[in-house]
Amino acid sequence: MTKTTITRRGVLKSSAALGLAGAAPMIFVRKAQAFVNDPGDAGSVTLGFNVPQTGAYADEGADELRAYQLAVKHLNGEGDGGMLNTMQPSNLKGNGILGKKVEFTTGDTQTKSDAARASAKRMIEKDGAIMITGGSSSGVAIAVQSLCQEAGVIFMAGLTHSNDTTGKDRRKYGFRHFFNTEMSGAALGPVLESSFGNDRTAYHLTADYTWGWSQEGSIKKYTEALGWQTNAAVRTPLGAGDFSQYITPVLNSGADVLVLNHYGKDMVNSLTQAVQFGLRDKQVNGKDFQIVVPLFSRLMAQGAGENIKGIYGSTNWNWSLQDAGSQAFVKSFGAEYGNPPSQAAHTCYVQTLLYANAVETAGTFDPCGVIEALEGFKFDGMGNGPTEYRAADHQCFKDVLVVQGKENPASQFDLLEVVQVTPRAQVEYSPTMEGYEGDLGTCAA
Amino acid sequence: MDAIFLQILNGLDKGGAYALIALGLTLVFGTLGVVNFAHGALFMLGAFCAVTFQKLLTLSKQVKDESITFFDAYKEIPYLEIWLGDTGAAIIDWAVPLSIFMAIPVMLVIGLIMERGLIQYFYKRSHAEQILVTFGLAIVLQEIVKSFFGANPIPTPAPDIIAGSANVGAWFGLGDSVVYPYWRMIYLVFALIVIGSVFAFLQFTTFGMVVRAGMADRETVTLLGIDVERRFTIVFGIAAIVAGLAGVMYTPILPPDYHIGMDFLVLSFVVVVVGGMGSLPGAVAAGFLLGILQSFASMNEIKSIFPGIDQIIIYLVAVVVLLVRPRGLMGRKGVMED
Repeated sequence: MTKTTITRRGVLKSSAALGLAGAAPMIFVRKAQAFVNDPGDAGSVTLGFNVPQTGAYADEGADELRAYQLAVKHLNGEGDGGMLNTMQPSNLKGNGILGKKVEFTTGDTQTKSDAARASAKRMIEKDGAIMITGGSSSGVAIAVQSLCQEAGVIFMAGLTHSNDTTGKDRRKYGFRHFFNTEMSGAALGPVLESSFGNDRTAYHLTADYTWGWSQEGSIKKYTEALGWQTNAAVRTPLGAGDFSQYITPVLNSGADVLVLNHYGKDMVNSLTQAVQFGLRDKQVNGKDFQIVVPLFSRLMAQGAGENIKGIYGSTNWNWSLQDAGSQAFVKSFGAEYGNPPSQAAHTCYVQTLLYANAVETAGTFDPCGVIEALEGFKFDGMGNGPTEYRAADHQCFKDVLVVQGKENPASQFDLLEVVQVTPRAQVEYSPTMEGYEGDLGTCAA
Repeated sequence: MDAIFLQILNGLDKGGAYALIALGLTLVFGTLGVVNFAHGALFMLGAFCAVTFQKLLTLSKQVKDESITFFDAYKEIPYLEIWLGDTGAAIIDWAVPLSIFMAIPVMLVIGLIMERGLIQYFYKRSHAEQILVTFGLAIVLQEIVKSFFGANPIPTPAPDIIAGSANVGAWFGLGDSVVYPYWRMIYLVFALIVIGSVFAFLQFTTFGMVVRAGMADRETVTLLGIDVERRFTIVFGIAAIVAGLAGVMYTPILPPDYHIGMDFLVLSFVVVVVGGMGSLPGAVAAGFLLGILQSFASMNEIKSIFPGIDQIIIYLVAVVVLLVRPRGLMGRKGVMED
């Protein structure tokens, strides 16, 4: 029979040992994973590309994915390097990011917020994505951005045009290179005035979600400032398909301008149907009836065919730009895929490079360091002239293009004509302007 | 007045599409007793007959596009245009109407294969099992189409000469603002012709008489030594043709994608339920009724009183009809009530 004696010294020793043993894994884990999906000593790092592969914006999504794959190639030192050669200033070396080979995982947002959040979550939790990027809908972008904020993962927004993404829904972990509806309105206003005058009555058809509302608000704001009247603003469900029951009331509404706040497949359908209903051949109030599509893209122009000719809109970027950055990008994208990139592809490619550069600048994948490197970052050579990532709302500020559907295209891709490059100063607004205030929150580390 | 006239026209046009799709659905239900959730997929396959036909006509030669200097780009010139010049271009222009001739035999064969290969084994099973298997089939068909044609909608325009709109107002002495696209009017007329033909076929032919007798009392007709089942198989083929033609003609209105059938499936079921399960005139009447109501509900004057009514009107009507007349507008006693 043995006798067990418990001494004070013994208890102290064992509890210290237990405490250490208990704390050790925590210390190691903490060191190994200072932040979410820290690649540590691994030879590669994974980026998560979350794009709509089905749904109303599938065209844009497919082009976004092509751009991401090209960006990965260029970051890994393959191909001709594209904009890696023109970006100024740049710390990118073409050897991956911080020497780690770039790999990627993809997800289908289906142009639905819940599906987009689920695929982003999967990429973060299962595939170990260090950064999420993509989205071709503002509803999706805002939903994924807030998920990334909660998860502590950087979100580099793809094509999202609603003011709210960097307005009331701005987040510390979210960054947007694409322009927004406020900038579209500010850029389009003067062009609409000089082309159509001050005495116009507008009828809006608006996609019923955050981007549509934002677009409608901005265009109303700037056209009403010109003296235009707004006859009606009708909300249509996203992906409605047949818009005929919304177009017929326009015919005898007394309006002489139809503003289509639609994008992607919706815009192709609504514009095609508006033209089928003879709106472009109509005379109202002694004036030619006009159609305006505030947010344009070449992909949509391709889908809408002849109907796009002469119609005004704004765009973030167009492949016909002659600066060195745009040309380098168009050249490598064209060589890879046989057609020029869309504005969605451009913004996604640029966002990937900007993220990689910020990591190189910070010397770490730690999101807080990356955020610091991106905030207030001024760069050039990426196709939009001098650009700044404003620290206050994580919105890029640059020149905005006003475009018009080309009457006589020189090729199947030559569909949009740049009619005005609106300087940054004309489209800039205060980050605390009424309706745009938001709270970035903090970096969690 | 102009506005009301336009919405009626638009409602009739929408109703034509709903009625056409619902007609096939209720025909299959009335004869075979099968709740066919793959009916939307038949509409989609019809639309893709038009796409395939257009693709066949536009098989192209790749020619280098000299206007692009940044990279090697190619434009596609259809062989038909190379061989036949303007005649070739005109044939391509008329691809959608011409594809009807391809769609009829193709859809008949698809319908027969579908019925003989799968659906016949589920006649005696419960409706829940029929729904599951046909819904599964619809998903399979969708995915097959997606893998061949991709997920994006494919533009299939109407011929140039009827791509614009007609000044309908002038015909009826109304204002200039009453214009309506030619193709939508053609769709309405086409829908009425197809519906009329199906009714005439069932009403005035011996085959139709046997089918109607079989719908009313299958057992007795079988006891008379008539092979009702074989005739019902052909009815399934006819339903497939009707759904397919509805799809072909719809392509200039809405560029088809693999999901187009599902978008119509729920709607067409509502139409069938409102009209009365298994009732052909009910399906047609309900199709037009719901089309017109949906069109009116989208008017700004109505929406300002009931915001969002345009999105729910169809389901609202379905709820009211089912509460007041549980068998639907023209439903027969005993159908789906065992």
